[in-house]
Amino acid sequence: MNKETKVLLNGILKENPTFGLVLGMCPTLATTTSAINGMSMGLATLFVLVCSNVVISLLKNLIPDKVRIPSFIVVIATFVTMVQLLMQAYLPTIYETLGLFIPLIVVNCIVLGRAEAFAAKNSVGLSALDGIGMGLGFTLALTILGAIREFLGTGAVFGLHIYPENYGALLFVLAPGAFICLGYVMAIMNKIQNK
Amino acid sequence: MAKLVSSFKNMALSLTVITLVAAAALAGIYMLTQARIEKQKRDAETAAQQAVLNGDANGKAIKVSVDGFGGKMIVMVGFAQDGTILGYKILEHQETPGLGDKATWWFKQEDKPNQNIIGRKANGQFRVSKDGGDIDAITAATISSRAFLKSINDAYVDFMAQQGEEVEGWAGASIVESGVAEPDSTEVAEMEAVNE
Repeated sequence: MNKETKVLLNGILKENPTFGLVLGMCPTLATTTSAINGMSMGLATLFVLVCSNVVISLLKNLIPDKVRIPSFIVVIATFVTMVQLLMQAYLPTIYETLGLFIPLIVVNCIVLGRAEAFAAKNSVGLSALDGIGMGLGFTLALTILGAIREFLGTGAVFGLHIYPENYGALLFVLAPGAFICLGYVMAIMNKIQNK
Repeated sequence: MAKLVSSFKNMALSLTVITLVAAAALAGIYMLTQARIEKQKRDAETAAQQAVLNGDANGKAIKVSVDGFGGKMIVMVGFAQDGTILGYKILEHQETPGLGDKATWWFKQEDKPNQNIIGRKANGQFRVSKDGGDIDAITAATISSRAFLKSINDAYVDFMAQQGEEVEGWAGASIVESGVAEPDSTEVAEMEAVNE
């Protein structure tokens, strides 16, 4: 396996942001009430992650070490605000369901974490790949969690009803269900990876 | 190129440049999108007006704002001239996902007479069955349901005021207090949801 593929797959499997690194738990728990919410949040994060990784990798030699964290945060916050404005203007229906959660991407430690741990030390190309890999891993994790919670809580997946809603366990749509699902999925992922 | 050393001059310079560029980029995007965002908001409101009136040319759309469970709830209600509810649309809300946010469709299912309000004549007295009314609240979201019915009642009061008549809306819908006075399992479930 060459280096590029390794970097790309790293974020999806071995160092999956949610199940491997356990970073960005706040949006993970808050937005996975349904599969579509989880997926949209994941994709918005993917976009920010790729942009911020590329820009930070480009600027890595121009940012003195001691002010790197504030510089990274300014870059990340700028991209998040751009996403919010663009989404509001051109994708109003998605913004309606997701608008509340977009600003949460700024405080998602996975974005800052990758800037610090990867983009600040690697080439632009590799940083972009890392952003894509991590973003896809995050999207995948959030979609899986969202689908499980939506299925157990409301009997639907992506809004398609599989069994009547009345039989759903409401708990799974609420906060405690998020923790329970996250724990079990993480355990299963660990079991698979340790084989 | 070698990495810049962390001297005071370098740090001040790089932070200043980064923030300036970020500010300029944001200003650009803001100017680019502002007109469209405003238009989207206006369009959404006109569309909501059309939708809640359901084709009745003599009807009136009333916009009201009430305190819901999670924050402000802004509702547009369409009334026919005789006060029949033609439709409603929740323009903004912060109710719990999966619970209170069901209000967007819960009260307009014409095949469920116990919770449907469309086509009923408003009287400013709508209330949930728990408060002695005849409308079933959303399962496990009584407070959101109370808030929603209060918005319908408030809208009716406004509607009648515009017709030059004064009516009194049901005042018992002091949403939070009644929740505290007799806590039950549904409200506890909603309280937990807030901790998200």
